[in-house]
Amino acid sequence: MQNLWIIPALPLLGFLVNGIFGRKMPKLMVSLTAVLSVVLSFAYVLFVLSSAKSLDQPAVEHYFTWIQSGAFNVGFDYQVDKLTAIMLLVVTGIGSLIHIYSTGYMAHEEGYWRFFAYLNLFMFFMLNLVLAANYLLVFVGWEGVGLCSYLLIGFYFTKKSATDAGNKAFIVNRIGDFGVALAMFLIFITFKSLDFHKVFALAPGKPVATLTAIALLLLVGAAGKSAQLPLYVWLPDAMEGPTPVSALIHAATMVTAGVYLCARSSVIFVHSPAAMDTVAMVGLATAVFAAVIGLAQNDIKKVFAYSTVSQLGYMFLGVGVGAFSAGVWHLVTHAFFKALLFLGAGSVIHACHGEQDMRQMGGLRKYAPVTFATLGCASLAIAGFPFTSGFYSKDAILVAAHAHAPWMFWVAVFTAGMTAFYVWRAYFMTFFGKYRGHGHPHESPVSMTGPLVILAALSLAGGFLFNVPEILGKMFQVEAEGAEAATLTYISVAFGLAGIGLAYFLYVVNSALPDKIASSLGGLYTLVYNKFFVDELYDVTVVQPTVNGSRTLLWRGIEHYVIDGVVRGVGANALNIGGVLKHLQSGNIRSYATWVVIGGAVLLILMGVGGFAFAGGVR
Amino acid sequence: MDLNALVHGVPVSWYLVLSAMLFAIGAAGFVLRRNIITVFMCIELMLNAVNLTFIAFSHELKSVHGHIFTFFVMVVAAAEAAVGLAIILTVFKNRSTLNIDEVSTLKN
Repeated sequence: MQNLWIIPALPLLGFLVNGIFGRKMPKLMVSLTAVLSVVLSFAYVLFVLSSAKSLDQPAVEHYFTWIQSGAFNVGFDYQVDKLTAIMLLVVTGIGSLIHIYSTGYMAHEEGYWRFFAYLNLFMFFMLNLVLAANYLLVFVGWEGVGLCSYLLIGFYFTKKSATDAGNKAFIVNRIGDFGVALAMFLIFITFKSLDFHKVFALAPGKPVATLTAIALLLLVGAAGKSAQLPLYVWLPDAMEGPTPVSALIHAATMVTAGVYLCARSSVIFVHSPAAMDTVAMVGLATAVFAAVIGLAQNDIKKVFAYSTVSQLGYMFLGVGVGAFSAGVWHLVTHAFFKALLFLGAGSVIHACHGEQDMRQMGGLRKYAPVTFATLGCASLAIAGFPFTSGFYSKDAILVAAHAHAPWMFWVAVFTAGMTAFYVWRAYFMTFFGKYRGHGHPHESPVSMTGPLVILAALSLAGGFLFNVPEILGKMFQVEAEGAEAATLTYISVAFGLAGIGLAYFLYVVNSALPDKIASSLGGLYTLVYNKFFVDELYDVTVVQPTVNGSRTLLWRGIEHYVIDGVVRGVGANALNIGGVLKHLQSGNIRSYATWVVIGGAVLLILMGVGGFAFAGGVR
Repeated sequence: MDLNALVHGVPVSWYLVLSAMLFAIGAAGFVLRRNIITVFMCIELMLNAVNLTFIAFSHELKSVHGHIFTFFVMVVAAAEAAVGLAIILTVFKNRSTLNIDEVSTLKN
């Protein structure tokens, strides 16, 4: 026993303390509780991993039987293997940094304690998700992180747009969760168990059609949580939450839960080629689609949000072409550089007094040098600059994609070029040129820049420090082995550098040109600028029909007439019958006596008739 | 034909028919008449109709139970008559009427 339960229990304790007593506690105590609970959890993860003998086989710890009903038996079980170990390190490590950063970023906010309570609760559910040893317990974490995401997106609950965004995230995620729930039903029917080790041991012998159905349903859930087509729409809006939330939940950890679920269920996926192809196609389509939208956004957080959607698409592409470890590798490196991009963006926003529009920024490298340098590292990493973390993981995915289907490689590598372009566009618009905003921008405090520096180091060196495919080894049965093709690497690096160069040319050298290009493109630019009108399309095709249908049919029709009608009808009938019967209660003794006499007479007649009938029957 | 033979010669159904007729008259009087004294007498009539039935069956079945019931009914009727007449007297003193429809203060 390694007492794995301590890992999520610490943030849960932090949540309870801050949630119950936080309102009365001084800010310092709130921050200490929140940060320490996560840092200690990180330390305990390190302790567990260093003391573990071998992580090749998952070490399952059974705490108690949770649900027992007939053949249905679910235990409260945690397990740790290599995949979980990597996720634990990412979640607690990045989580610790972001908690520290938040103490600076949120210092002047209302509801400081509330923010940290939610953040700790999120850590608890996320750790529960990656530690769980059966699907149902994963689902607990899955729903819990969704809840925390909702709470934190709507953190500024007095702002209508923030609560709307929270609702949107929650409702869109419901669609995905529906898929996961159905997948679990199907898994239980097929395997008579929800435990990972039983399911994965039995999976190879089951019909391909069943496994495909399970895999596709899991993909629906993963697409909801990890913001893939067609359910990605909630993630850009989720940027209404505080920036550390965007970094932790909507970039580094929660949105990668879908990738984790697919990698965890790799045994099911590899036995279903159709599902694998679907995953790869969804991932690739999302990567391209989101990258194109990212080209024309002006809100710095929106750019990074679409970038997150796009990079998650890469991870799904990796998983879909069978390179599970490459997908997980990109998950890790993406957690480094995307958390850094968001935290850096937060620092920029902090510097510009809450301004998020990049057209109101510019020239910040003088005012915020640390942010400038660290964001540069992240931007290099996401562009796949040689020997940065993003270079390794993206390359691994691209090589695997090429081995699967060359055209996928070309689409992905072109997307990589677009990624480099829009991230560096944001970088140049923010830090170069002249300051176009109001007030005096300033550098952020050490509590914010400290985590930035650590993450910058990880973004640069994280690729070869954590060689995930090597760590995971033979964990995934079928691993797409892309031949080490130097040519492919050169091509992807060339596309990345071209993107950076184009951004430099358009936004530093010749900064009048982008507007001309935009106006010459006309309708096409409008289309991209408005995100292909997907939100509007969903509004017309799904939201409005649902709302109107609910209003006219369900509310005015079924509720008003059928349900209320039944209730009112019962009442009205009781009243009517009572109205007739009340005339019997005249209070006049003789009328009662009359009724008694009539009743007696009727009874006698009936007895007489019945008696004769009875006697006749006997005879 | 002595009395005993006469009594034995009357079938029990005659007593029952007589009893039913008495009861019907009593019930009709109770329902239809307004005079409180008449109503009171009608109640007595019904009680005695029932008594007659008891006696008839007691004789027919050679059982003493009917007699006992009859005595009970008579005791109750006597007590009722005492209380009832006292009430009637008081009502008449206070209201100067014997029409029961006019004595309906408790109804509302």
